[in-house]
Amino acid sequence: MFKILSTKALAPNIKCFEFEAPYIAQKAQPGQFVVVRINETGERIPLTIADTKKDQGVVIIVFQEVGKTTKLLGTLKAGDYVLDLLGPLGKPSEIKYYGTVVCIGGGVGTPEIYPIARALKEIGNKVVTIIGARTKELLIMVEEMRSVSDELYITTDDGSYGTKGLVTDELKRLISQGIKIDKVFAVGPVIMMKAVSETTRPYNIPTVVSLNPIMLDATGMCGVCRVEVGGETKFACVDGPEFDGHQVNFDTLMMRLKTYLKEERVSLELFEKQSHKCCGGQ
Amino acid sequence: MAKVSEKKVPMREQDPKARIKNFQEVPFGYTEEEAVLEAKRCLQCKKPGCVKGCPVEIDIPAFIARIAERDFKNAIKIIKKKNVLPAICGRVCPQEDQCEKECVLAKKMEPVAIGRLERFAADWEAENNLVEIPPKQPSTGKRVAVVGSGPAGLVFAGDLAQLGHEVVIFEALHKPGGVLIYGIPEFRLPKAIVEREIEYVKQLGVKIITSFVVGQTKTVDELLQEFDAVFIGTGAGLPWFMNIPGEHLNGIYSANEYLVRTNLMKAYLFPEYDTPIVRGRRVAVIGGGNVAMDAARTALRLGAETSTIVYRRSRKEMPAREEEIVHAEEEGVRFEFLTLPVRYYGTEDGWVKEIECVRMELGEPDASGRRRPIVIPNSEFRIPVDTVVVAIGQSPNPLIPKTTPGLEIGKHGNIMADEKTGKTTKKGVFAGGDIVTGAATVILAMGAGRIAARACDEYLKTNIW
Ligand SMILES: Cc1cc2nc3c(=O)[nH]c(=O)nc-3n(C[C@H](O)[C@H](O)[C@H](O)COP(=O)(O)OP(=O)(O)OC[C@H]3O[C@@H](n4cnc5c(N)ncnc54)[C@H](O)[C@@H]3O)c2cc1C
Ligand SMILES: Cc1cc2nc3c(=O)[nH]c(=O)nc-3n(C[C@H](O)[C@H](O)[C@H](O)COP(=O)(O)OP(=O)(O)OC[C@H]3O[C@@H](n4cnc5c(N)ncnc54)[C@H](O)[C@@H]3O)c2cc1C
Ligand code: SF4
Ligand code: FES
Repeated sequence: MFKILSTKALAPNIKCFEFEAPYIAQKAQPGQFVVVRINETGERIPLTIADTKKDQGVVIIVFQEVGKTTKLLGTLKAGDYVLDLLGPLGKPSEIKYYGTVVCIGGGVGTPEIYPIARALKEIGNKVVTIIGARTKELLIMVEEMRSVSDELYITTDDGSYGTKGLVTDELKRLISQGIKIDKVFAVGPVIMMKAVSETTRPYNIPTVVSLNPIMLDATGMCGVCRVEVGGETKFACVDGPEFDGHQVNFDTLMMRLKTYLKEERVSLELFEKQSHKCCGGQ
Repeated sequence: MAKVSEKKVPMREQDPKARIKNFQEVPFGYTEEEAVLEAKRCLQCKKPGCVKGCPVEIDIPAFIARIAERDFKNAIKIIKKKNVLPAICGRVCPQEDQCEKECVLAKKMEPVAIGRLERFAADWEAENNLVEIPPKQPSTGKRVAVVGSGPAGLVFAGDLAQLGHEVVIFEALHKPGGVLIYGIPEFRLPKAIVEREIEYVKQLGVKIITSFVVGQTKTVDELLQEFDAVFIGTGAGLPWFMNIPGEHLNGIYSANEYLVRTNLMKAYLFPEYDTPIVRGRRVAVIGGGNVAMDAARTALRLGAETSTIVYRRSRKEMPAREEEIVHAEEEGVRFEFLTLPVRYYGTEDGWVKEIECVRMELGEPDASGRRRPIVIPNSEFRIPVDTVVVAIGQSPNPLIPKTTPGLEIGKHGNIMADEKTGKTTKKGVFAGGDIVTGAATVILAMGAGRIAARACDEYLKTNIW
């Protein structure tokens, strides 16, 4: 049983939770994730460790409510418990001195890239950050990102904040200005990570992406998280989740993410029906 | 000598037509009368072959004699001296290759149904609430960590706890039991029974911490700072794929995923349970072992119209237990023998729709002693499917080998450990079960746990490696 210490809404459908999990907090490094199971009938879902307070044994997670499990998680309050929290899982990001690093976060990818950007900054890299969202109210962690970046650029699809456009537009602009970029880290929706990788490929800028395939055990045992990287089969939970973006077959990843669309809808509808019942049919 | 009946007392089973619609256990087990009748078939040999065939050397004639006398209480006591998980072994051990194969009766007729009798004794004890916890030895003050809660880890932990050591098991999944919980299906090994046996191990004083991945949450080296010794029983969890074109298509599962979703996550109860599984109409399972049989039979229970085993050799070479093959046949699983998948074709939106296969013939025996399958040229054909389960084997779980310096690793990724002691090349670290041998059996994993426990106790007392 793992206790939720605090909850906070960062944007519509995006929440930040603090969990009491001393072992995990102790060990966690940037780029790693946990697996959460809320209750006995619950699914195991992976969520990135956005931050830790090591001295207090606290693990911080930011998640987007998209389906049954994340929505149910979103209804929990400080003082509630989740049944299982497993981690830290996956390999840590390779944090070292590269020179100039561009960190790109899309949507809930922003809190996920935050610990990476901070660690890169701490050891002396020049960190240029680009964060993007569909619209202004979905932009999260802007101040946190600013505090760990030498330069910060913001894009929104609808132009309601920052530059109108996509994160890749901003990346293209930086590249076209002839700035020497030594490394790119991108975390966000698959389609965004694919676009970033395609943008940097012609310039041979090493690009790391953090893949989010469906996972089950997240310990290398079931094989559901398999992704094709450089023509080889890799298990994202133990070989990743970070991979060389120029080697990843994003198309098969996107296809496999749709495996349970039908069942996810069934689950969600049932959940919404039941939660309406329990709060008096509002 | 009274005339012995040729055949085992039959065990009543769920009707195949009914059972493919539920996940309840298939065989019902012996009644007291049936057990006594079967026990009386035993000749009480002076030099019993059966004991030699048992990897943990249960005094088989002695426990059978007690059953024949209706002294069930002492029957189970005798078994438990050597085997802490009898209700499990009685159900899943390959008895036909072990004790029953060596039974003198087997030369002329059916051997004594040793497995069924073991199961009977264990169930009888539990049903009558007679499970006794042996008295605990005084505490030695030594602490031992066990990684993995499969049969190897459970036996190791139980034995050491009885000797007065403090034992903590760390398990990556949220439920202990290893393959017994996540792999072997409910209809063959009810999870309540596994839970019952784990409860027994806990009552011996073993503490179990779940959702703790050694190698991630803590490394073996970190455990060694807190514990006097560590046992690694992490099993063979890494699934193999064939690396043929199209294997990434939706609807293609590893057996581990298919079985973990069903057993551990109870996907057959979706949407009451949140974890989904694809309920294919036409399912193909690649492979011929116990795992393949389990997957094929699970598919039927999930509502498949056809469930087909695709195996590259013939029925004779199938490594699955005979009982499992027969059960699968009774339930209507189809078999494509001498058939090898070479690629998958998918629909436009990425779902598997056909397997292209080639036919095989058997050539000379290979290193395994089985005749080697050879491709017949121009024999391609396709099997229409919407779900495929790849059950061609798995190798040792790599997480600990990768994160533990000083452990010697074999060429298949297994941990090297001394057969007689379970000692690895790292001081204070023992290993046993599938992580050492590669995918094997429950009883062999238990045997390895027991051997290592003995050596570990010795080490804790003497500190000699
Ligand atoms: C390594 C990793 C780190 C992640 N970190 C974060 C994070 O920090 N914040 C965040 O909001 N999301 C994160 N995700 C995605 C998150 O796991 C999914 O949003 C979540 O599982 C959805 O579950 P659901 O039941 O609410 O939705 P569902 O309705 O079940 O699914 C919605 C979508 O989520 C994906 N998904 C479903 N089940 C799983 C699963 N078991 N594993 C992975 N993806 C799944 C599928 O693409 C699906 O279409 C991460 C995923 C991975 C693999
Ligand atoms: C589907 C299936 C059917 C089978 N049928 C039979 C049968 O009928 N009869 C038979 O005798 N055998 C059968 N077997 C084989 C038998 O189950 C195994 O040989 C046996 O379980 C091995 O025991 P073990 O203790 O070595 O490992 P496992 O049972 O594999 O247990 C290992 C445990 O370690 C945990 N673990 C792994 N890595 C870590 C880590 N880093 N940190 C913490 N925990 C970790 C795993 O989660 C798992 O719980 C079957 C196997 C399968 C998969
Ligand atoms: S070998 Fe067979 S008949 Fe002889 S003691 Fe063992 S079980 Fe009984
Ligand atoms: S999630 Fe099972 S192998 Fe990665």
